Amino acid sequence: MSKFTKKKKGLPPISTASLPDIVFMLLFFFMVTTVMRETDALIDVKVPTATEVKKLERKSLVSYIYVGKPKQKYRAKYGSSDKIQLNDKFASVGDIASFIMAERATRKEEEIPYMTTSIKADKKSNMGIISDIKLQLRDVNALKINYATHKGKDTQMNF
Amino acid sequence: MARRETPEINAGSMADIAFLLLIFFLVTTTMDVTSGINRKLPEKPPKDAPPPPKIKERNIFEVNINRSNKLLVEGKEMHVSEIREAAMAFIDNGGGTVTDGKGKNDCTYCEGKRDPDSSDNPKKAIISLQNDRGTSYETYITVQNELVLAYSILRERYSMKVFGKSFDNLSKENQKKVKEAYPQIISEAEPTKS
Repeated sequence: MSKFTKKKKGLPPISTASLPDIVFMLLFFFMVTTVMRETDALIDVKVPTATEVKKLERKSLVSYIYVGKPKQKYRAKYGSSDKIQLNDKFASVGDIASFIMAERATRKEEEIPYMTTSIKADKKSNMGIISDIKLQLRDVNALKINYATHKGKDTQMNF
Repeated sequence: MARRETPEINAGSMADIAFLLLIFFLVTTTMDVTSGINRKLPEKPPKDAPPPPKIKERNIFEVNINRSNKLLVEGKEMHVSEIREAAMAFIDNGGGTVTDGKGKNDCTYCEGKRDPDSSDNPKKAIISLQNDRGTSYETYITVQNELVLAYSILRERYSMKVFGKSFDNLSKENQKKVKEAYPQIISEAEPTKS
């Protein structure tokens, strides 16, 4: 009689033994691709869009200059005109030369010719401040520059 | 003495720990790649530099952007959408002839109108860009983008014609040849003050 006891039916439970492996795989992926923010933005930057953009290579050799209007909470202190941000501080145009020198000091000598300065400027900022930055960069011989832009569709129709 | 066996470590919570870390990295990760338009600034001229050589008026394509973001191209007001065509017509004009001046001045691959009042040769065509201190950055970038685009279109066309392949698929050497045929010469003048 007992020979014919009904077997318990139903699906066997799915083995979750490989779950940690899968999760670890994802974890390593994100660990490798993640880039921690180095600087706190004190400035609102919405970069313009362009179609002919190139990716920046060798990120470790790029120094960033932010240009734009200070964020709302800093407006009272710093005003609402265009400002430059270097590292974590507001700076004036005259500080750029020393900023570039400091950036160079942290790199190897043979890498200096490949250093690029990326200008992340808000699209509403005016060219006066950008021209001043370019002049400063030229004076310290930091000639490779990059205007940070998003890759987008045709932008000429905005006008 | 009985050998005591080390108890097995329970690995059941491993997944939880890994999940925790995973979520942390998921939240902190930023995927944006910095991209942009690459430019090279001119070197600072030495004080005793000789004056720059005279360049023929017809080889210069003048672009002015004023403080209200309006364009003046070769003395005519122009909309941003027209500048690409105008720049391409200028670069690709090929008005030079073998006989004038010194040596090779003609352009065998140009498809332009060969207008004697426009550029001789893509290698000599200079785009001069001047903006005002009050020009908005967005307009400036858009104009830069259009000019770069004009060059890329011409390069693409040349590489299709000569090598039968898209510029991106060419070898480094051939890319260099294409770049030599249509070198990007954009000069930026000091901004005007207003």
